[in-house]
Amino acid sequence: MDFLNILNGALGEIISPTTAAYGLAALGLAVHFGYTGLLNFGQAGFMAMGAYGFAISTLTFNAPFWVAVLVALVCSVVFAFLLGIPTLRLRADYLAIVTIAAAEIARYVVTTNRLTDVTGSAGGLNGFTNGFYALNPFPEGRYDLGFVALSHRDLWVRVTAWALVALCCVLVLLLMRSPWGRVLKGIREDENAVRSLGKNVYAYKMQALVIGGILGTLAGILFTLPRSSVQPANYGTELTFFLWTCLLLGGMATVLGPVLGAMIFWVVLSLTQGLLYGAIESGIITFITTTQAGQLRYIMVGIALMLLMIFRPQGVLGNKRELAFT
Amino acid sequence: MTDKTTAPATIDFMADTRPIAEGEAGPGCRKRDPILTVRHVTRRFGGINAVDVDFLEIPRHKITALIGPNGAGKTTLFNLLTGFDQPNSGEWTFDGHPLAGVASYKVARLGMVRTFQLTKVMGKLTVLENMRLGAADQPGERLSAALFKNLWGRREKEITAQAEVLLEKFKLDAKRNDYAASLSGGQRKLLEMARALMARPKLVMLDEPMAGVNPALTQSLLDHIKNLKAEGMTVLFVEHDMQVVRHIADWVVVMAEGKVVAEGPPADVMKDQAVIDAYLGAHHDVDLGDTEGLKELEAELAQDQASVVGTEDEGILGHHIAERDGRRDEAAGGTAGRKDQG
Repeated sequence: MDFLNILNGALGEIISPTTAAYGLAALGLAVHFGYTGLLNFGQAGFMAMGAYGFAISTLTFNAPFWVAVLVALVCSVVFAFLLGIPTLRLRADYLAIVTIAAAEIARYVVTTNRLTDVTGSAGGLNGFTNGFYALNPFPEGRYDLGFVALSHRDLWVRVTAWALVALCCVLVLLLMRSPWGRVLKGIREDENAVRSLGKNVYAYKMQALVIGGILGTLAGILFTLPRSSVQPANYGTELTFFLWTCLLLGGMATVLGPVLGAMIFWVVLSLTQGLLYGAIESGIITFITTTQAGQLRYIMVGIALMLLMIFRPQGVLGNKRELAFT
Repeated sequence: MTDKTTAPATIDFMADTRPIAEGEAGPGCRKRDPILTVRHVTRRFGGINAVDVDFLEIPRHKITALIGPNGAGKTTLFNLLTGFDQPNSGEWTFDGHPLAGVASYKVARLGMVRTFQLTKVMGKLTVLENMRLGAADQPGERLSAALFKNLWGRREKEITAQAEVLLEKFKLDAKRNDYAASLSGGQRKLLEMARALMARPKLVMLDEPMAGVNPALTQSLLDHIKNLKAEGMTVLFVEHDMQVVRHIADWVVVMAEGKVVAEGPPADVMKDQAVIDAYLGAHHDVDLGDTEGLKELEAELAQDQASVVGTEDEGILGHHIAERDGRRDEAAGGTAGRKDQG
């Protein structure tokens, strides 16, 4: 077993674009649930809007990179309105049901065979990231960061991803410290009380849903860039629940919590995979196969989440004081 | 009455003794200067007429108490008037603005702010943040301005200063940085009332402001309500404690089964036989907070056969012992009588 290799792999996960995408989408959930109290179980749907909006406009309509991004964002806003208009007047749990259903509808629509020309059906779409890599300012070559060596393409994806995450974190932080953010937190605590103070709760909830959705959509685009492919199977409900795991790991009503949660999530997955596979291959563990080990690590993530909820329910960065009164 | 609190307003609202009603006081009578006028408002829940108010006016710059037995429709009327529930029919105007079908947040912006029977504070916001949330006209509450502190920083300072003054008045200044969830029930009532005042309302509607508040705090809450009137606000409040109503209300509206059954100054309404029968009980005029009053009540109940629960020797095994303890039995009857009244 090569411990150094396993450790390097885990460190590489911290800066991987997938971690950034998970962090960004979980930040969207923090805006939805942590700050506004909107139970969104369809964040995978928002990510699919980003991925498919971007990929389809590039492949089918030959749109340039920035137009494709804009189309994806418009799709996300429309999706948010479709979800929000009927449900935001109702209690939070109705939104949860509608979002989980809407995300599944979106996934089934893109998997439909009739739409194979546009969406690629179950096979998904490939080769739509040339516009993005054309913007790469890094000259061709290998870049050694100490624990990983990256190609100029990999470096460009990582730099873009983390710059975007940092920008979104700053924006969300500023928003939540403003009086606007205060109204959102008030809505989370008691929306009727906020209404009685003369605030248009419905409009605030819609704004929060759209902003969190946009973060999810940007994450969806980020998620596709290193792969240069979109697979409908990636946008199932388990993606949403992984994002919730990241959010709960890091702390719900925090800005850096979801990002840190995503890092922990992927490092734990990578470490357990490395250790289990290493142990199986070197014959230390004989009673499971490597395929079973792949599933076992998700079980371990689940156990880690349970332990966290019991011993540190506010998450890593959450405020213990806030939790004392629930 | 403590009048030391009268604000240095141009008009002394506390000393205004002109009659409130135009003509004779009675259910649905017209007022000299109404701030809120309600016409034919009905709300049905299934087959029950929860609210069926034909005509009601709330006098401006006065404290009006809304009383009535449980289920009389007081809170439902509150909800209807503030847009938290939609009536089956009817219209009402506040300060000349027709309010039927107007969203609750717009009602609040017009200057008609309410509190809730089950106190609603934002538990995971600090006391000061709760107060700031009550303020109106903060441009930073618009998404377009939220990112630019230079657009809302000055207003935020004004709001904070206003909140500090109110918190000091309500003796919550020591708690300003604590989470609202850490406050006691009475302190939450105070915070809710203070928060409602942040928007500088014209009409404050308090739904059972004294419920669950200990007697020591009750007095300070009463003073606060009287202060609101001194500062030129109109107060409408729901209350069950008749002593509270008697002490501070200028006008009392009695509801029963959704209808207004009596109206008038507190002293007159409490003499109304229909009100006494429906709501107050026979010994409503005794102040239970007062030892003299308690003794009076006990003496009165000792004479009253109806207040004795059970027969004299009920529950006592040996009748020869009961003869000696007969008087104590009557005292027990008295306790039950007092409970009836609460």
